[in-house]
Amino acid sequence: MREDLGRLAVLHHPQETCGLLVGRASDSLVEVVQFASARNLNRERAHDRYLLDPEDFLRADREARREALEIVGIWHSHPDSPARPSSTDLRLAWAGYSYLIISTSGQAARDFRSWRLTDDHFEEERLEEEDPTP
Amino acid sequence: MSQATVRIPAPLRGFTGGAAEVAARGGSVREVLRSVGAAHEGLERQILNESGEVREFVNLFLGDQNIRSLAGLDSPVEEGAVIHIVPAVAGGAS
Repeated sequence: MREDLGRLAVLHHPQETCGLLVGRASDSLVEVVQFASARNLNRERAHDRYLLDPEDFLRADREARREALEIVGIWHSHPDSPARPSSTDLRLAWAGYSYLIISTSGQAARDFRSWRLTDDHFEEERLEEEDPTP
Repeated sequence: MSQATVRIPAPLRGFTGGAAEVAARGGSVREVLRSVGAAHEGLERQILNESGEVREFVNLFLGDQNIRSLAGLDSPVEEGAVIHIVPAVAGGAS
């Protein structure tokens, strides 16, 4: 999944792109089973801002529920910028979601980091990828 | 008055005891939200501002339609309607 997300993020470079993380969440673990793409409605500042199309959020939520899953987080890219939340990310974040940020260059996804809003700041979450090989 | 279902996104489920859906009655979206707010303290304030309007960073969908493209909070609610509270998701590198 990391590779697929990275390819998608690089495809839109140097514009920011975004989407939803779908899976299951408990108090101590967020399991991302799949991801959904979404349109960035911020065309004027697409190089450093995103506004996720709420219709895409709604569609992803419905599809998730059909599979007994839910939206557990948001992913978006930072073209040529670190995979760390900006002040804008902080100001507009919702508690209760994981925020996966993908730092991209023109050639590759350089870094993946996930963050969760805790009180008034972000704390980094540990990312683990399940080995798909049996 | 119609019976409707309101879908609650994860960031707001602390106000509903963790419930992802709540049932409510009302003839309009406004009435349904008021009904939900009466049953779940603090939730209505997350959705509506002090003037009783939908907050900038919240979207309300009645079925597939954003209520901003309908009659807003006065949009009539039919029996069995589903209202989705969709958080506005935004940010960026700078």
